[in-house]
Amino acid sequence: MKQKLRGDFLLILVLLAAAAVLYFVFRPGEGGAWAVVTVDGEETARYPLGEDLTVTIGGTDYNVLQISGRAAAVIDANCGDHTCIRTGTVRRDGEAIVCLPHRLVIRIEGGEAGIDGIAG
Amino acid sequence: MDGKHISRYALLTALAMTLAWLESLLPVPAAVPGMKLGLTNLVVVFALERMSARDAAAISLVRVLLVSFTFGNAYSFAYSLAGAALSLVVMLLLKKTGRFSILGVSVAGGVSHNIGQILVAMAVLGTGRLIYYLPALLVSGVAAGTAIGIAGGIVAKRVRI
Ligand SMILES: [Zn+2]
Repeated sequence: MKQKLRGDFLLILVLLAAAAVLYFVFRPGEGGAWAVVTVDGEETARYPLGEDLTVTIGGTDYNVLQISGRAAAVIDANCGDHTCIRTGTVRRDGEAIVCLPHRLVIRIEGGEAGIDGIAG
Repeated sequence: MDGKHISRYALLTALAMTLAWLESLLPVPAAVPGMKLGLTNLVVVFALERMSARDAAAISLVRVLLVSFTFGNAYSFAYSLAGAALSLVVMLLLKKTGRFSILGVSVAGGVSHNIGQILVAMAVLGTGRLIYYLPALLVSGVAAGTAIGIAGGIVAKRVRI
């Protein structure tokens, strides 16, 4: 039993260490410039983060995307789980909001700044 | 399959449903797709410890079917099936090595459950971007797996069915 508990402990340690390493590897970057919308893996729109707006994505399956203060958030949606809304705001390059039921991803990308032309 | 076997199945399945219902009530801070408490895994862990691998697999499948029909949709079915299948395979393999107790097996199950779901999500959404959720999923999988492993250990020791 003691031997097995040592196995358990090592396993937990390895998993947590892996999580720590991966956290630093995949850490999102600086503030991004674009909110890129993809549905089913296809890019359908991109909005500059520099310009505040509220837009409804989709029809019967809808998500309301709000961009304000160089950050993006889904403020309303008719998906079952509302994970996309609970994600809150995203602003950094590499971050994403996901709505699985609607197969929607809104990801933040860096690069050239939005319409206001200020790179932050 | 004898009567005792069937009543065991029924009991464990009912327990899984109760846990799934409980989990659906809890306000889980699941901002991460794939992040779930996975309370129903307690039943599978228990079956793995006290019954056979085949029993655990059967109960796991029935659980996914019933929980999806009751609390989810056709879409979430594929999603939970992937998590449950990967979790079951990993738990079976770990148990076979004989190097881990019910705690380690349960932790590996919790983590692989989350990984299975995020893999399906990446395939469905056609993006590898979700990989940055992996650290959070690992940590939540370890936490849930530890809690379920400890609870499962106590239950497996005390409960006679
Ligand atoms: Zn959503």
